[in-house]
Amino acid sequence: MDKKVRVLVAKPGLDGHDRGAKVVARALRDAGFEVVYTGLRQTPEQIAEAALQEDVNVVAMSILSGAHPHLFPKVVNLVREKGMKDVLIIGGGVIPEGDIPALKEAGVAEVFTPGTPTSDVVEFIKANVKA
Amino acid sequence: MSNEKIQAELAKYEANVEKAVAKFPERKYLPEKRIYTPLDVKGDEAYAEEIGFPGQYPFTRGVQPTMYRGRFWTMRMYAGFSTAKASNERYRYLIANGGTGLSCAFDLPTQIGYDSDDPISEGEVGKVGVAIDSLADMEVLFDQIDLGKVSTSMTINAPASVLLAMYIAVAEEQGVPADQLRGTIQNDILKEYAARGTYIFPPKPSMRIITNIFEYCSKNVPKWNTISISGYHIREAGSTAAQEIAFTIADGIAYVDAAIKAGMNVDDFAGRLSFFWNAHNNVLEEVAKFRASRRLWANIMKNRFHAQKPKSMMLRVHTQTAGSMLTAQQPNNNIVRVALQTAAAVMGGTQSLHTNSRDEALALPTQESVTIALRTQQIVANESGLADVIDPLAGSYYVEAMTDRIYNEAAEYIKKIDEMGGAVEAIEKGYIQKEIQDSAYKWQMDVENKRRIIVGVNEYIDENEEPPKGLLKIDASVGVEQCKKLADLKAGKPINKMTKGRDNDAVKAALAELKDACKKDESENLMPHILKAVKTYATLGEICGVMREVFGEYEAHVSL
Repeated sequence: MDKKVRVLVAKPGLDGHDRGAKVVARALRDAGFEVVYTGLRQTPEQIAEAALQEDVNVVAMSILSGAHPHLFPKVVNLVREKGMKDVLIIGGGVIPEGDIPALKEAGVAEVFTPGTPTSDVVEFIKANVKA
Repeated sequence: MSNEKIQAELAKYEANVEKAVAKFPERKYLPEKRIYTPLDVKGDEAYAEEIGFPGQYPFTRGVQPTMYRGRFWTMRMYAGFSTAKASNERYRYLIANGGTGLSCAFDLPTQIGYDSDDPISEGEVGKVGVAIDSLADMEVLFDQIDLGKVSTSMTINAPASVLLAMYIAVAEEQGVPADQLRGTIQNDILKEYAARGTYIFPPKPSMRIITNIFEYCSKNVPKWNTISISGYHIREAGSTAAQEIAFTIADGIAYVDAAIKAGMNVDDFAGRLSFFWNAHNNVLEEVAKFRASRRLWANIMKNRFHAQKPKSMMLRVHTQTAGSMLTAQQPNNNIVRVALQTAAAVMGGTQSLHTNSRDEALALPTQESVTIALRTQQIVANESGLADVIDPLAGSYYVEAMTDRIYNEAAEYIKKIDEMGGAVEAIEKGYIQKEIQDSAYKWQMDVENKRRIIVGVNEYIDENEEPPKGLLKIDASVGVEQCKKLADLKAGKPINKMTKGRDNDAVKAALAELKDACKKDESENLMPHILKAVKTYATLGEICGVMREVFGEYEAHVSL
């Protein structure tokens, strides 16, 4: 792999909590990835468009508001519709265990819940990204 | 003992410690000093000036002369979810169980001034709080709750003016005049830009709306706390204790400056300013933080703004236990964390307190969890003895030294922010955000490197832990229902107890009038126009929409 892995850290929806997103973004950068952070209040369309424009290998979404069952699958569908078949899509936040199977079914490769070390996210990306 | 004598004894002790440590090494990652002595605190001559007595300047020991010996703090549980009807039931349950004040959580569309039927609201309606689209929802939210008796805190910022207007209108319908209303709106936009994220308008019009509210309430709703200047979210975003009070008090200075510039007299509004602190895990540091913050604010109000009334110098504070310290792992352990945080808030001298529930790292709390959280406060109040004597930790060498340390650290930050031109400029430059982010990252790395142990997360892990059952789930149908109700309202059909639907011409006229008022300068107070619009059942989205057209929207610039 000579090209650096590019990651879009995204905040879909109206949730303003981005401590986690920023910490993860920084940890990914420190791990050697190129990281773009969307900032708050992104619609799924904006995120998919940013993924395309930034030519990323990974989209990492964070939601703490409970809107994940609606918004995560929407982002996955739009990213795929734009032809990014290989982009790895992961998510994290305040997400009850019971919601995870449906999110995975919808195409979210992994869901990271509170207490996850950032190194787990780094390892997961390294093991699963297609770059 | 003279200082020389203490110094000599301390040297002897340290020599002993060296021997002991060689044999029994101390744990790693501890604070630098292992013991505090009279050498770490100022002498008795500084007592009157810096510590004093409860209810007296500089209020280090508390803002009231009797504190909890008269009555306990207000036990105010933050709640709100799904529909106005469901939240109303939770409020009445909390009141029936000894809760002494209401605290409303609104969903994100409401907090950002969008109606439930706005495309951007999809998936968010009723999730983190109750959905309020119009006065009709507000009527249901406070149904059978006497607004003349209860005090209500509303966590609402960018559209605070609109929600306050709705509250005044509901009270009027109940026959309660505005000058009898007690409660608080958060109304603190600066920390939204810096840490919490529910901003709408750019800083300039936002500050105008806030000073308009100060002025309107000083004349019409005099018992209302017009702002809750919040460190809570700054801490949740990852700041240290000293940064929490430094950045918040810097925001406070900006609000006072803005109100004075708008022509108000400091003593006419400063007594209605209130604060909001986080009660974090480190009990003694938190107590010191509360004490330092009161001294710092009193000092600033007296010496910088020349306030005359003692009330203007008092830092009155609501507290919430630290949500970010709850763990998703072994959630029952959170009950213990919250109990310790409660102890800190109480020994710190808070005026009101929300205690988080054990399941909040996973979902909104169930009724059972909320009850335990409320009972935690009642146990600390009635059984622990912590509320029996005022400011019980005063005079502890450690706590006094730490109070001074946090005070000085915060004062240093405020000086730096002053040099940048104030909090608004420091936020626009991204300085405050960057400081918070750096602290958040350091915390996370400390946890990952086990310099900091979090039970159940990086130590004492239960490998066989089962995911908790019975979490609260907000049904997706809430959004659908809310949108249906809203469609009826907008179509002029009667909803709830309305006998006839809203008059869409009256709505249009009120919105046009508001728009004109927005275009005028800040001497035109927006509150009466907003109140008028609210009473026509104009929706929150319609009202904020008009304001968006005139004021524009804030665009955040983030750097990692």
